[in-house]
Amino acid sequence: MNRMSVANRAADPSAPVRIAVKSLNFFYGEFQSLKDITINFYDRQVTALIGPSGCGKSTLLRTFNRIYSLYPDQRADGEVILDGRNILSSSINVNELRSRVGMVFQKPTPFPMTIYDNVAFGVRLYEKVPRSEVDDRVEAALRKAALWDEVKDKLQQSGMGLSGGQQQRLCIARTIAQRPEVVLFDEPTSALDPISTGKIEELIDHLRAEFTIVIVTHNMQQAARISQFTAFMYLGEVVEFGPTSTIFMNPTNKRTQDYVTGRFG
Amino acid sequence: MSEHIVSSFDSELQNLRGRISEMGGLAEQMLADAIAALTRRDSVLAQSVIVADSRLDALHRDTEEQAILMIARRQPFAVDLRETISPIRISGDVERIGDLSKNIAKRTLAIAAQVQPPRIAVGVQHMADLALGQLRDVLDAYVRQDDGKALDVWQRDGHIDALYTSLFRELLTYMMEDPRNISFCTHLLFCAKNLERIGDHTTNIAETVHYLITGQSLTAERPKSDETVPATAPETI
Repeated sequence: MNRMSVANRAADPSAPVRIAVKSLNFFYGEFQSLKDITINFYDRQVTALIGPSGCGKSTLLRTFNRIYSLYPDQRADGEVILDGRNILSSSINVNELRSRVGMVFQKPTPFPMTIYDNVAFGVRLYEKVPRSEVDDRVEAALRKAALWDEVKDKLQQSGMGLSGGQQQRLCIARTIAQRPEVVLFDEPTSALDPISTGKIEELIDHLRAEFTIVIVTHNMQQAARISQFTAFMYLGEVVEFGPTSTIFMNPTNKRTQDYVTGRFG
Repeated sequence: MSEHIVSSFDSELQNLRGRISEMGGLAEQMLADAIAALTRRDSVLAQSVIVADSRLDALHRDTEEQAILMIARRQPFAVDLRETISPIRISGDVERIGDLSKNIAKRTLAIAAQVQPPRIAVGVQHMADLALGQLRDVLDAYVRQDDGKALDVWQRDGHIDALYTSLFRELLTYMMEDPRNISFCTHLLFCAKNLERIGDHTTNIAETVHYLITGQSLTAERPKSDETVPATAPETI
């Protein structure tokens, strides 16, 4: 991977807003887990969501690709604006949304298919693409996910046979093969060893040049390393949001400082 | 400030603060003794200052090592990171203050046998009192986390600089008056310069204490009143 191509690490204050969340409330049945959330996510920046267990960070993440719609007793009201349209509206094509907003989970979830088919699946699903172009798209995605060199000679082997770190990178390749605008990561490295974690952090640094990224992580040092903006959440609210350097070096809110310095509890 | 969930973190930070207090106390004693030795021409006292410096150096190394270990172990953020970095900076300044005091003590030994104009002692004593006062106050500001007190020390350093300027001129006069004064006055000039440098180090400490408490660096120009050297280069004709 070309080390010189890593995007500038500083938070870009002039970047346009990619996702605008306005007065978002979320309910699991009767329980309200997100309370009047208003926050912006900036184009081609990495935004980290941190906070103690149960604060709502994964819930917030899951509104961006409407994955909660799979569950009948979960509902959201308010607005999540992507490219001028409120994606919470019932007029949105949810499948099309999920090709534009990809998601990578904590536990790697490769399909029980070949490595090639894992990546090609999403490409073929929404687009009529000739075979040769599918080959190109698969290779490009695997290269971007820093996996190509390790799998190029075994593309017809099962994706389930890869190591944990490789499987996770396969899931990332699968997501970016569809050319999304936004990639969501829900604790992508908490199940991985330090070397795999490092490779994925390096990967996210590079992906930022093309995609807007939102990452939920329990690892504060990771959030401090790879994000440009950070939101600290507690009990369903955004307590503080700002450039990562501010949140971790000189936060405004005492609860934020208590959390990042390990005094919370 | 509430306590960390992991209590050993709190005890390690407390330990670091204690080391700075210990170093500070030792440096204050060394400075006071060095000046007393100079004005009374007490070679025995001067020798004790020189010996004390190696203990200060050892404390400095130890403090830095503890702080660096803490950074590796804890990966501290925000105020914790400032609390870990500040002892590294402050111990460096205190160690230099010890070196400068030792240097004054060495010069005391060098001039022990010589005659001194009595008025000189008053000027040097006055500078030393100001420097010692600044050192005590800034270390107190660190222990009490008192930003106002730190800023006060930062402002006051101009007085020491001004005294240095007038002492410099006075010593030049003595040297011009009588060549037999030159050796003695030159040593005294170095001593005065050392005291002025000690004052500068206390303002460094004040800047660190301000950073520790507020998270902001002092960006304003530190007040300087040393007129022995021009601040800008002279224009060539």
